[in-house]
Amino acid sequence: MSEFMQRFGQLREANDYAGVIDAIPYAKLMGATFEETDGGLLFALPFSPHNVGNTRLPALHGGLIGGFLENAALIHLIWNRESRQTPKIVNFSLDYLRSGKPQTLYAQCEITKQGKRVAHVLIEAWQEDRARPVAVARAHFLLSAA
Amino acid sequence: MVPAPVNAQVLEAMGQLFVSLPHCETLGMRWHGTDGRQPTLVVDWKPELVGNPATGVLHGGVITSLVDTTSALAVCAHLPDFETIATLDLRIDYLSGARQGLPVYCTAECYRLASQVAFTRAVCWQETPGQPIAHGVATFMRGSSPIPMVDRSEP
Repeated sequence: MSEFMQRFGQLREANDYAGVIDAIPYAKLMGATFEETDGGLLFALPFSPHNVGNTRLPALHGGLIGGFLENAALIHLIWNRESRQTPKIVNFSLDYLRSGKPQTLYAQCEITKQGKRVAHVLIEAWQEDRARPVAVARAHFLLSAA
Repeated sequence: MVPAPVNAQVLEAMGQLFVSLPHCETLGMRWHGTDGRQPTLVVDWKPELVGNPATGVLHGGVITSLVDTTSALAVCAHLPDFETIATLDLRIDYLSGARQGLPVYCTAECYRLASQVAFTRAVCWQETPGQPIAHGVATFMRGSSPIPMVDRSEP
């Protein structure tokens, strides 16, 4: 078990959501947050000027949206697994449906499949209306070291 | 001989604009150069960009932003005039982790510019382009907004 996963386990036990974000430097830099809700983990990215990718619209940077969703998928997967091995991302595919406005971006994930070696996670992101997603994505993770 | 950018002025202005966008500036993204129509951008390794502190490997999101931005710039190398483009979709294959302490370069190519959609591929590398750490494919919508990304009234 890695130092990272050991720490993650302790934070999960304490329901210390902010602690998990603090343990992932880039997630902290983006300003991502999450909490447990009735519908599972809900991730949020409050608007911050440093996340803008088009200053004239203005809109969130597409890469930033991708990073937020990928981060959500990883946390969601670790949070919902018993294993203490760090999942390793294999690939990530993202469809942009609407531009990200300068407001909070939300995301929720679903583990579609968890096999012995690979997990498949679906991610959906929206702003004021969940029925009008900003982006949908899916990620594959390797679950075991070769 | 590699073909030159279709409009060097567009590529240069968009290159300057893209690296100066707030999110790209936060990552410390820089223009590295262009080989004809294949631009390269770079992000230096910084502790705040790490995804796993136990290994020092950069967060995948940093790679995503780098691939997205460099790929958009590769489209600009094919544009005859200024135009607003928007990413339609993007896929990244993570071939190996971005190693601690080394900058990550991304070189992208637009291999088809159609009337409405542009198709790109990109590689991220640290030591040499021949040893890629990530591969990305993306598509962009052309003319995605009537609001130009570059304010050309500025001096």
